[in-house]
Amino acid sequence: MSQNIEEAKKIIAEVLEVYPEKTRKKREKHLNVFEEGKPDCGVKSNIKTVPGVMTIRGCAYAGSKGVVWGPIKDMIHISHGPVGCGQYSWAARRNYYIGTTGVDSFVTMQFTSDFQEKDIVFGGDKKLEKIMDEIQELFPLNKGITVQSECPIGLIGDDIEAVSKKKSKEYDGKTIVPVRCEGFRGVSQSLGHHIANDTIRDWVFDKKKGAEIETTPYDVAIIGDYNIGGDAWSSRILLEEMGLRVVAQWSGDGSIEELINTPKVKLNILHCYRSMNYISRHMEEKYGIPWVEYNFFGPTKIAESLRKIAAFFDDKIRENAEKVIAKYEALTKATVEKYRPRLEGKTVMLFVGGLRPRHVIGAYEDLGMNVIGTGYEFGHNDDYQRTTHYVKDGTIIYDDVTGYEFEKFVEALKPDLVASGIKEKYVFQKMGYPFRQMHSWDYSGPYHGYDGFSIFARDMDMAINNPVWQMAKAPF
Amino acid sequence: MRQIAFYGKGGIGKSTTSQNTLAALAEMGKKILIVGCDPKADSTRLILHAKAQSTVLSLAAEAGTVEDLEIEDVMKQGFSDIRCVESGGPEPGVGCAGRGVITSINFLEENGAYDGVDYVSYDVLGDVVCGGFAMPIRENKAQEIYIVTSGEMMAMYAANNIAKGILKYANSGGVRLGGLVCNERQTDREYDLIEALAKRLNTQLIHFVPRNNIVQHAELRRMTVMEFAPESSQAEEYRQLAKKIDANGGKGTIPTPITMDELEDLLMEFGVMKTVDESIVGKKADEVAVA
Repeated sequence: MSQNIEEAKKIIAEVLEVYPEKTRKKREKHLNVFEEGKPDCGVKSNIKTVPGVMTIRGCAYAGSKGVVWGPIKDMIHISHGPVGCGQYSWAARRNYYIGTTGVDSFVTMQFTSDFQEKDIVFGGDKKLEKIMDEIQELFPLNKGITVQSECPIGLIGDDIEAVSKKKSKEYDGKTIVPVRCEGFRGVSQSLGHHIANDTIRDWVFDKKKGAEIETTPYDVAIIGDYNIGGDAWSSRILLEEMGLRVVAQWSGDGSIEELINTPKVKLNILHCYRSMNYISRHMEEKYGIPWVEYNFFGPTKIAESLRKIAAFFDDKIRENAEKVIAKYEALTKATVEKYRPRLEGKTVMLFVGGLRPRHVIGAYEDLGMNVIGTGYEFGHNDDYQRTTHYVKDGTIIYDDVTGYEFEKFVEALKPDLVASGIKEKYVFQKMGYPFRQMHSWDYSGPYHGYDGFSIFARDMDMAINNPVWQMAKAPF
Repeated sequence: MRQIAFYGKGGIGKSTTSQNTLAALAEMGKKILIVGCDPKADSTRLILHAKAQSTVLSLAAEAGTVEDLEIEDVMKQGFSDIRCVESGGPEPGVGCAGRGVITSINFLEENGAYDGVDYVSYDVLGDVVCGGFAMPIRENKAQEIYIVTSGEMMAMYAANNIAKGILKYANSGGVRLGGLVCNERQTDREYDLIEALAKRLNTQLIHFVPRNNIVQHAELRRMTVMEFAPESSQAEEYRQLAKKIDANGGKGTIPTPITMDELEDLLMEFGVMKTVDESIVGKKADEVAVA
């Protein structure tokens, strides 16, 4: 066992020491050190958070409304239940879209049934019907409605399926999707992704035929890119330059018609495996569409991914892939030459959701940086298996890290950058650590694709080499 | 002020027994408030001579929220100046009736419905199906629960379940089991059986109400027996029960609910249920015939 691993294990043991025995036994299964050659990261995952700790996780409603369905721009997503869940998920996750908000696109708007006591006692079905009528009247260009259930809907047993069917019939077969994503279901937002995927299968694929479209042998769908800060756009251009036709974006800047037409594509390319592997597998089983995972963070992984995608097509596409890689070489070189000397050898600790705890590691390494700790909010075992291809020997792995553990790990490892979410940002900045938000890109982006890499490099440099850190002195 | 509640299996005669008993208490000069906690809203019809009064929740739904209501809107006075409130609730199959009970009781407490009364009586539907219907037995609500039951197995089963609900809250709050009221169904050895059940549950059979058709006659007129035939022997029974309840203040006990097996054993002991040979459990008629 290398010295690195031993030291890291000692840190974990120290962090666990303060917990009561029962909590320690539960948490120690989620913390480990990656050892080269092992098939996974040696942590348990997708297990209920221990009550009393500060978790970074969300809920099933967040997984469906916030992640999978919310970015579908031409549908109206009703936060069905008391007003709080809708209020706090208002304005989405910076899922950029093209369209006129309030006319044909609605992503940053918020619709809620604002449950009151009487709706709980007497049931909210009538109110839901009324909302749908109002939506039809006020926003006639909407292409569909989803009902995103908040906790009380599941408790009082409202029949949102019956309302959806009735209103769909009334509005000439309009797509209306009831989603049973009550927040108390499951252990994190992960189940919400799964539930939302299943509703696309049951209420979109199985119910809608869609317009006849002319297909080509090069049709692909981008699955699991939410277009944070324009990520899907900077990915899409690379695919198009390669000669592929992107007919659907799931779900950043996506539309209901794109979802309906996806079963006609030749290949599904999957970025966020965690949130959309379910529907990809379904399309493989039912329509025989293969799917391939890819990674558009950093030039090394981009080139690898372009070749991997091209391998599903003919020589023309394969040649084009090489041309695209060559085309951006100069840009990549310039970016690396500019930033690598400023970032070389800097260390990073990550804690994010879906795919980023592993996917962004390549981009940091392209800049000469090292990721020394990483973990998933709501990953499953298959995520941790995939992580082994990215992390180095001795990397600390923390699943569903608690607020306390994350602070202690950072204190012990003293990274040059902490990259996580808004809830963590100010804690670490106050501790004197440079920080970047890796959910919203800190209101920057895109980070995907070659163009995105330049922005990524600039942002990391801006955080780490900001002169303000020299002026602050941490008390420890 | 004493707060009591009547619980029991659906159809056992809770509302009839409670309204007659409370009418007898009113005759003794007590000021009474009845809080009906059943979505059917039929806990006060014998006192008010009305089919169903406007309920707290239906009026709240019309007005927008419960905060928009005044206590006068929901409270009616009936026979012997008994005050009546019905909580109401959703139609069967929708919404959350349990939450409705919580909402109504909170409203009544906050708006001084309990001021100046000697007795508040909650009449709660069937079984304790969820937290909402346990509201009256929680802290600072009913001090004693009276379970209406009979010699039928399911009525006893429900009584035992209610005892479980009381036990749950007995230690955190002050709720106690006041006793069993047996509403006679003329099953075999009914008095002995319920007395034995009461003993097993660590309580008393506070009164055995004999079956009498006069109750039916009064009900058809939407009246209590106390009002319809105050001189009848049945009215005297309710007077006795009322006196016993009045004297029972502070004498409630923490129940000791029994298991389903123990309940079955009790029924066998009293010959209500035949002793079952374990070898035939789960066998169909033709299988048993072959064996």
